[in-house]
Amino acid sequence: MRFNKIITLVITVFLLSAFTNVNTPTVIQGYDIGDIATDFSLRNIDGQMVTLADYENVKGFIIIFTCNTCPYAVQYEDRIIALNNKYVDQGFPVIAIMPNNPIIKTGDNPKAMKARATSKGFTFPYLFDEGQKIYPQYGATKTPQVYLLEKTNEGNIVRYIGAIDDNYKDVKLVNTKYVEEAIEALKNGNAIEESKTRTIGCSIKS
Amino acid sequence: MKLLLIFLILLGVSCKTDKHDEVALKLLTVEKTQSIDVPSLEILNYAGLEPYLSKEDSLTYVVNFWATWCAPCVKELPHFEKLNNQYKNQNVEVLLVSLDFPSQYDKKLKPFIEKHQLKSKILVLDDVDQNSWIPKVDSNWDGAIPVTLIYNKRKRQFYDRTFDYAELENELKQFIN
Repeated sequence: MRFNKIITLVITVFLLSAFTNVNTPTVIQGYDIGDIATDFSLRNIDGQMVTLADYENVKGFIIIFTCNTCPYAVQYEDRIIALNNKYVDQGFPVIAIMPNNPIIKTGDNPKAMKARATSKGFTFPYLFDEGQKIYPQYGATKTPQVYLLEKTNEGNIVRYIGAIDDNYKDVKLVNTKYVEEAIEALKNGNAIEESKTRTIGCSIKS
Repeated sequence: MKLLLIFLILLGVSCKTDKHDEVALKLLTVEKTQSIDVPSLEILNYAGLEPYLSKEDSLTYVVNFWATWCAPCVKELPHFEKLNNQYKNQNVEVLLVSLDFPSQYDKKLKPFIEKHQLKSKILVLDDVDQNSWIPKVDSNWDGAIPVTLIYNKRKRQFYDRTFDYAELENELKQFIN
C-alpha cells in the first residue's frame, strides 16, 4: 500500500514536471530602453579585469556582444574597430563582450579570442563573459548585438539596443548607421530616432 | 554532340558581333555547366518570400529559418526533413528558408544541400533590410535563429526555440487535427 503511494507520487511528480517543461518558451528578461545596465568585472584578453566604473571622463559605452565564430560578427569586425576609433576620444569607447560558452564553441575560447583580437588589431577590450553571467542580465540573444549606454549620476542608462547599421553585407551600401546616429543624438541632446533595431545574428551558445 | 554544335554556332556568332553577345554566351555556358550537378537556388527578397508566409490554401506550412553557419539550426534540420517525409501526404509542406550569405551559396549552401540530400523545399532569403522584415515575420522575433513558423489558414504560431522531432510533431498535430 505504502509502496503504491510512493509510486503514485513519483508518477505525479514526473508528469507534472513533464508538462511544465513542455512548451514553456524561454523568455529572456533583459534591459529595455531607459533601464540602468549592470556594471561587471570581466577578464580582458590581456588578463586584466575590466569594469565600467574604472572609466573616468567618459560619456557612455558602446557595449557589443560579439564573438569569433559567428559570420555576422566577423562581417562587422572592421566596423566595430572603426566605431571605437571614431568615438573613443568623444567619450564613447567600445567594450566588446564574448558571451558564448567556449566548451560548446571552442573557436571562442579565451586563447582564440586573443589570437583574433591580435590579428585584427582590436583597439578596445574584448572581454570573456566567464560563467555567462552578464549577457542574460542585458538580455542579449545573439551576436553581434549592441547596447549603447549613457553614463549618468544614476548609473549607465540603456539608450539603444540593436544592430550597428542596416547593411551587414556591404558597408558601402549602408543607409543608416544606427549606433552612430544614436550617439550623435545623445551628444546633441536629441531624442534617438530608432532606439531598437533588429538583425539576424547567431544565437548565443550556452 | 548537339550541345557542342550549339556552342560552336554561338561561338561563331559571337566572334562577329559585339560585346553583349559575348557576355550572353558566357552566361549560357556557365549555366550549362552548373545545371549538370548543382541544384539551382530560389533566391528571394522579403517581398518574394512574403507570399510563402501567408498562403490561404488547404495546406499547413512549417517554415524554418536556418543557415549552414548556425549550429543549432543544422542540428534540428533532420527533424524538419523527417517531418516533411512523414507528413507530405497529409497536406503539410515544410519550407526551409536559408539565411546564408550570398558569398556562401556556391561554397557552402549548395554542397550542404547535396551532402544532406535535403528533400524539403528550400528558399533562400537575401534581403539586407532586416530591421524592416524581421518584425513582419513575427513582432517578437529579434533576429536570432533558428526560428520556426507553423501556419495554415486558420491558425498561426511562431516558435523562437529549437525542436526535437517529438516536440515538432506535437506542435504540427495541433494544426492538422
